[in-house]
Formats: sequence, structure tokens, C-alpha cells
Amino acid sequence: MLGRMICLAQPDAAILGRKATILEALRSILDPADVIDDDQLLRAYETDALTAYRQRPLAVVLPHNTQQVAAVLRYALQEGLRIVPRGAGTSLSGGAVPVADAIVVGMGRFNRIVEIDYADRCVVAQSGVTNLAISQAVAARGFYYAPDPSSQIACTIGGNVAENSGGVHCLKYGLTTHNVLGLEMVTPDGDILRLGGRHLDAGHYDLLGLMIGSEGLLGIVTEVTVRILPRPQTARAVLIGFGTASGASDCVADVIAAGIIPAGLEMMDAPAIRAAEEFVHAGYPLDVAALLIVELDGPAAEVDELITRVHGIANRHGASSCRASTDEAERQRFWAGRKAAFPAVGRISPDYLCMDGSIPRRHLAPVLQSIAELAQRHGLRVANVFHAGDGNLHPLILYDANVAGELERAEAFGSDILRLCVDAGGVLSGEHGVGLEKRDLMTYQFGPTDLEVQHRIKRVFDPQLRFNPGKVFPALSRCSEQGREHVHAQAAPGAHAGLPRF
Amino acid sequence: MTSEHFTSLRPGTETELVEVLSAPGPAFELVAGGTKRGIGRPVDATLLDLSGLSGVVDYQPGELVLTARPATSLRQIEALLQEQHQRLGFEPPTGALLDPSGEQTLGGVLMANSSGSRRVTAGSARDHFIGFRAVNGRGEAFVGGGRVVKNVTGFDLPKVLAGSWGTLAALTEVTVRVVPAAESECTLLFTVEGVQAAVELCSAALGSTCEVSAAAFVPARGVALRLEGLAASVQTRIAGLLAALKRSPQAHLDATASRELWRQVGAASALARYPVIWRLSVPPKQAARILEAIEAEEFQLDWGGGLIWVGATRVDVARVRGALHGGHATLVRAPLAERRSNAVFEPPAPAIAALAARFKAAFDPQDRLNPGRMN
Repeated sequence: MLGRMICLAQPDAAILGRKATILEALRSILDPADVIDDDQLLRAYETDALTAYRQRPLAVVLPHNTQQVAAVLRYALQEGLRIVPRGAGTSLSGGAVPVADAIVVGMGRFNRIVEIDYADRCVVAQSGVTNLAISQAVAARGFYYAPDPSSQIACTIGGNVAENSGGVHCLKYGLTTHNVLGLEMVTPDGDILRLGGRHLDAGHYDLLGLMIGSEGLLGIVTEVTVRILPRPQTARAVLIGFGTASGASDCVADVIAAGIIPAGLEMMDAPAIRAAEEFVHAGYPLDVAALLIVELDGPAAEVDELITRVHGIANRHGASSCRASTDEAERQRFWAGRKAAFPAVGRISPDYLCMDGSIPRRHLAPVLQSIAELAQRHGLRVANVFHAGDGNLHPLILYDANVAGELERAEAFGSDILRLCVDAGGVLSGEHGVGLEKRDLMTYQFGPTDLEVQHRIKRVFDPQLRFNPGKVFPALSRCSEQGREHVHAQAAPGAHAGLPRF
Repeated sequence: MTSEHFTSLRPGTETELVEVLSAPGPAFELVAGGTKRGIGRPVDATLLDLSGLSGVVDYQPGELVLTARPATSLRQIEALLQEQHQRLGFEPPTGALLDPSGEQTLGGVLMANSSGSRRVTAGSARDHFIGFRAVNGRGEAFVGGGRVVKNVTGFDLPKVLAGSWGTLAALTEVTVRVVPAAESECTLLFTVEGVQAAVELCSAALGSTCEVSAAAFVPARGVALRLEGLAASVQTRIAGLLAALKRSPQAHLDATASRELWRQVGAASALARYPVIWRLSVPPKQAARILEAIEAEEFQLDWGGGLIWVGATRVDVARVRGALHGGHATLVRAPLAERRSNAVFEPPAPAIAALAARFKAAFDPQDRLNPGRMN
């Protein structure tokens, strides 16, 4: 069943035929050891975290510096070669899945933190530095980099820029776009640009803002300047159980309406709670229909006061249990179940499908109700684990690919959920990106003119459409309306099979 | 330029705006409240009066999102938010630099990416701008972004329109994030010796865990550090901040005095009498060196030293821009002739300028929207 849903870009036979010449040229531009074409070695680059789709590229290059990236891109321009930029390959939406005639530009060698500037509270890092490494580099001085995607031990800051990555704390601290001050990039023409810097607001047209979340369609980021924040004095998490999902949803809305912006505000439904509790024994109540994890951070006096207020709101919505962490170990334990929720669901179902729609918070309860009804109609189970505070849903559709017809039912169910999100005033993707995965659903959210306006921007940077072909924009001829992440218990592992995902 | 010489068009709906811009016709100067017409290169074109595109479309406080037509006055938006104990997080400045005969609009604030003192900690106008409907120079109505806070679907077009000064498209509807208003606030004033000491104090405060929401230096008042939030939290953080800084403030301003001080800082009121005003966004560490190189007559710092306002009696572009190493300088006030003959906005590097020109052409190939304003 792999690869049956979404058409990958078709390779150009003429380019495949020139492979030897191209490799020779690349080996004259770079150290020959940094150009990979061995079929076995290419296997590591054939997919990302959307492992259902894989294709080996023509070659992988691993440049060491910006000048080398520019030289490779100028050669690619001259030869009309397609380029697929790649960080750590943790994209859940297929953002780094290659095509057969493309050169993958792997940014793994860009692994150096260039400068830490505590006075101006920023870090300059090469784009292949991992997200977590930035926080670790400034931890001793009490600082951190706020966006914390679940793959942060592996994902790169350049990849975060491409995907505009979030994390559980983005409700209060923003996405990547709110935390990047500047970057250095190479355009498809091979020009090296500096956008923004260590100052605020990039100036002129905000090409910096455009680059963030552009999914590798507009160029390759080589260096990123991020702002760092002082770590909050204290953080505590509160576990709140509810007899109904609508009680939990209403509580979320009222916490926000009461002027409280928690550092994190997560929700799990009964199937997800049960799976997580059986997996990691986090101490979650099993007699509830929905569980909220509310994290509050700041000075202790403020956190204590906010916990009292949250408790009061929870009680007004009929909370059946409410427990605040009393020490760091307990806070971590509260989170452990949430962070293990995806693999936990993976233990109770042979396969699951992860959706990533985002909706206005006020529609949480009705959308959850509709998802439950859809589950019945499609005859499948669903577990809901999501970032409730910002309305970002992650329904996990449970199915068994070995049972005839279940995959098709799961796909139909998934499409219904995404349409439901758009119909509720929401969007297809809250944080995983469109990539390959949701590309063909873009026409459900955007009209032809909306997409054409975006595509013109693509053509300003990349008139030959050579960068990350087949991503984000619907293909002219498409083989499917479907698109979402498939996780198969028995599927060949991708590069990051063991990564936490939430 | 006297606008009386031009025909004025006033579309009241997006459909009417599409009719105007899809028909062959002249270039337009886009105007709604008209408070920022004095900023940027003068535009010599037919007035396109967008003030009819007004009114709040949707506001539900629990959502922390507000959708309005762009010509809705900022005053109206802020009053509406205040009733629900909410506000715009980026603290749009009002006052001295704006034409007092007009009424600032939400769309104008976004198109100018106009952010105030809280920008240093809470983000800019563009950071709070999450979705829109607009009509480009081709007369095409299109949408960008969405009405939800978390959205990575497609290119982030609101970022592109924020700060584009009406040169790419005319907005017809905007959606912004809003935030809870702080329950209390307090500002501490410190006497310091010189710019370097002021910036260092601001940096220490912003780098502390005491959640200072704004840090400015107005030479006549000293360094101002603002703390906002729950009353108990503000008191705790003041104590923590003073301990961390190892200093005593010269004054504590209560909420009323604090609000007034920051209104003046945002408006750069201290410089209001100057005929020439520059606004520089720079790495804070460079503020002292830059001010020395410029030989500024009078100045104030905001954003912990990252925003420099300079008052001058004459325009000296070479000296001001020559002092920058990273960052940008905008000539926000100057006599008309000076704005015609000098680059008001920092000229981008050649490769970026070439890209920006193609970018403009993608939205507005015939240069019909605010032609020349950002040149």
C-alpha cells in the first residue's frame, strides 16, 4: 500500500541519463566524499518521518559552508536540476521526501553555534544545529529557546524555519516565526541573502517572515539568529479530569477567556488516557472522559494564584478531579503520559493515522462530538490527543491495514475530519506543515486565486519550480484527494522511529 | 501634493474594490484614516478612499481573535477589547508622529507594521496579524492566513502584507490575535549616566526572570522598566528585579502614571518639536556607538535599546545610515521635499532589492498601488 495515495513528482529521464556527468561536476565543487550516490547510503535519505513515501534521490550532497551551498545551487541552476533541502528529516508531512532526479542538499554539516549574545539575548546558529542544542548551549546562564517541537532532540533549527515549528509551549511563547530575528539563505539562483539580523523587524518587505514556514520551496537556510528567553522561575502542571469532553472543552475556553495564558494547555480523551496510562503509569485518572494538562509558569506567587483560578474554573465546569504538581518530578510525570500518547496508541492498534487540523477554540466541543459520530459512521476507533489551548487537533484514527477495507475507511474518515476542521473555520495544518501529505487538500481550504497568489511568490524565487518539487501546491495531475501521516507498527522504520511525537 | 486635485473613489465593499482595481485605470494612493500619509515617499496618484471598509466582523473574547474590516478605527477596536479586559499585545503607538486630523485604523497599523514598547517582549504587529482578505493590484480578491492562531497551511502571507505600506494589496478584512490585558502595571524609573549604562541596565532587566514587559530610556526621565500582570506577581517581581539589578529606582510610577509615560514613549512625544525624526531598529548593544556617530541632537531609546528615535533639524541620510552595521533607519518625519529626494526606508541590499521588485510585480505588476512609496 505504500505510496499509493499521493503522486510523487515524476523524474526527468534526460537528467537521470546525465547522472555520471552531474556527479562528476558535484565532486569538483565539493570534496568528493561529500557527494553520495551509493545506493545503500542513499537509503538513509529516501524518506523522512512520513515513511509511507520514499524515493531515492539522484545524489545527496553534504556541503560544509554557505559558499559551497551557493556553488551547488548555481550549478543546479545552470543544469536545471531539482533540489530537495533536508535538515534532520523529521518532517511529519513529507517535507524532505526526495524525488528521483533531485539533488538532496543535506545540512547536517552546518552544526556549529556561531555566537551566543546574552546582552542582546540571541543565538546565531548554523541551520543544521538541533533545536535542543540551542537551549542546551544557553541553559547554564538560565536561558532557553522557546519553540519546542516534540522532535527537538533531532530536528534542526533550519528545518524549524522551513516548517514554522511549534511545540507544546507555543500557546504562550509563539511559533518559530515569533522567535527568529534573522537568517542567512541561498536562493535558487545561488545568491546569498541576509534577512533580518539581531535587530527587531526585518525591514522592507518581510521576506524573513515569508521564508519561515515556506517548506523548502524558496531556498536553503544556512544560518539562523534566534531570540532566547530567560527560563521562568517556576513551572507547575495541573491535571484536571472531566466526566464529559464538552466540560473539558468549555473549561479550556473559560481559562483563556479569564485572561490566563498557560504555558501549555493539552487535552486527551478517554481512549488516549487509557493507552497512555497503561504505557507509562503517569497517574492519570481512568474514570474520566477527558483530561486536561494545564501548565503555568512564572514567579511562584503568580503560578500559585493562577492554579487557584484554574481550579475554580475547572470546578464550575464539573471537574471530577484536579491535581497540581508539587515538585518538578511530579510535573515531569504528568507530562510523561501526554508525551508518550502517540506511541501508547501505537501499542493498542496495529496502525494509526495522525491528523493535524486546527480549529477555533469555541468549536472544540462540537468538533469532538462530530469526530465521535464520524468514528461510528466509519466503524473505526479514534483517540484524541491535542494542543487544546490553541485549537490544534491531533485525532489518531486506529485501524488495521491487514483487515480488508480498513485503510480505505480510515482514509475516508481522515478526509472527513480535515474537511470538518476547514468547515469549522479552521485550517488543514496547525503545525506539521502541508508538505506532500496535505498538498492535494489545499484546494479545499484555498480557492484558485488564493493558490495562484501564493504560487506567484514561489515563482518569484524559483521560476523553474526546481525547489522541493511536488510539495505544498496541488499537483496538476493528481492521483488522490487523500493525504495524511500513516504510522504502521510493522512498517519499515524511518530515520526517527524512536522519536517522541506529540 | 493637494488631494483636492484628484478624483476620490470610495468603494464600500470588497466587490466594489475589485471593480475599481480590475478595470484599467490610474495608480492609486490608498487612504483610510490618513494618519500616516506623511510617512514614506509621497505618492502622487489618485486617492482611493478605503474608509468605507469599516466595522468589526467577529469578536469572541474566548477565542483571543478579532476579525474586522481594515478601516475600523483603532480607537473603536481598543475600546471593544477593553470592555473584555483584552488588548492588542503589540501596543500600537498613537500620537505625535501621526496626522492628528485623521483617525488611525487597524488596517493602517498593520500595513505599517506599527508596534509600540511591548514589541520587545510580546512581538510586533505582524506577529499578531494572522489572516486577511485583500485585493491586489491585478484586481484579484484573495485570502491569506486564517482565523486560527495556529496555522502553517501555505505561505505566511500576513507577514508579507504587514509593513508593505499598501504597495502589494488593499486589505478588505483582517484577523488579529488579541491578548488578555494585564490586571496591574507599574514602572520603575532609574537615573543612569549615559547611553551605554542605560542599555546595559535594560539588557540586564530584560534578561532577568522578572518579566519586564518594556524597557526604554528617555534622557529627561531616565531608564523606565515596566512590569505588568497580577498585582501580587508584579510586587514579587519588582523585589526580584531590584535585587538582580542591585539598584534602587529613583521613582515608582503607579498604573495611571505608568500608562501615561508609555503612551508618550510610544508616540516619541519628547521629540515632537523636531522637523526631522528618524526611527532606527538596531542591535541594542550598538545603540551607544550609533548615537555617538550620528551626533544626535535629541533621542530616546525603546525596546531595551533596539529602537532609537532621533530628533534632528536637518536630514543627513549619509551620516545616519552610515552609522548602522545591521538594522535599518526610517525617516519617519521630514519636509516633503526631503521625502521626495531621499530614501525614506532603508534601501535593501541589491540582491534583496531585485527580489523585492519581482515580489511587488507578482502582486501589482502595473505599479498601481501606492507607487513609489517604499522606494
